[in-house]
Amino acid sequence: MKFATPLALTLFAALLIYAVSGLPNRGDPSAPEHRAESAAGSPGAADYYTRNAYRDANTPNIVTVILADYRGYDTMGETTVIFTAGIVCYLLLRKRRS
Amino acid sequence: MNTLSDSPIVVISSRVLSPFIQLFALYVIFHGHYSPGGGFQGGAMLAASVLLTRLSVGVDIGELQFRRRWSTRSSAIGVLIYAGIGLVALLMGGRFLDYSLLPLGALAGPELRSMGILLVEVGVGMGVMGTLIGIFDDLMEGEGGA
Repeated sequence: MKFATPLALTLFAALLIYAVSGLPNRGDPSAPEHRAESAAGSPGAADYYTRNAYRDANTPNIVTVILADYRGYDTMGETTVIFTAGIVCYLLLRKRRS
Repeated sequence: MNTLSDSPIVVISSRVLSPFIQLFALYVIFHGHYSPGGGFQGGAMLAASVLLTRLSVGVDIGELQFRRRWSTRSSAIGVLIYAGIGLVALLMGGRFLDYSLLPLGALAGPELRSMGILLVEVGVGMGVMGTLIGIFDDLMEGEGGA
């Protein structure tokens, strides 16, 4: 019973490592997430981003373009979440003037 | 509670480190177009530099670097910058957060969108910095410190 946990963890790690060997290589253009067209025929987003990010926003860092331009609305929501957390701490913890 | 640490090594080394951390944080924010980084990371580092001073010499002296009442204002201004840029683009006839329509003089097209990304990242940085410092100050006040 003492060795049950390490044994289970080792088996799980072996399973995960075996699964990693089936993933596509980094930057493989034929990988499913990089295809220009998905299996259902709709255009793929990652392919558009890697092709057009620099042309659209004149910014070499594709991650920045996706985060702040293509997905700008999402980033605004994240900023609002952080701001809300700060406001809640302010309301709960700051002493009120009495 | 005037100072958390009486050791001159801690006080002096944090005073020396803090401006360099701030400089690197500004680099992370404004170089986010070319290297990993951006508003979230840079804002967290700006907050870290202020919190380093507060942890070493206490909130009372640390307030000379960044006032407590500035933190909530800073985070609100950061969110307002972000949402305001989106609204300006909306008022100029485009879609929400469409940077290519911002009224910024001679810039146009991709350069204008690049500048819009930079303005938005500055807003995010201010928001994250103010929020982190504000949470720290609120917790310290709850402890009866401050």
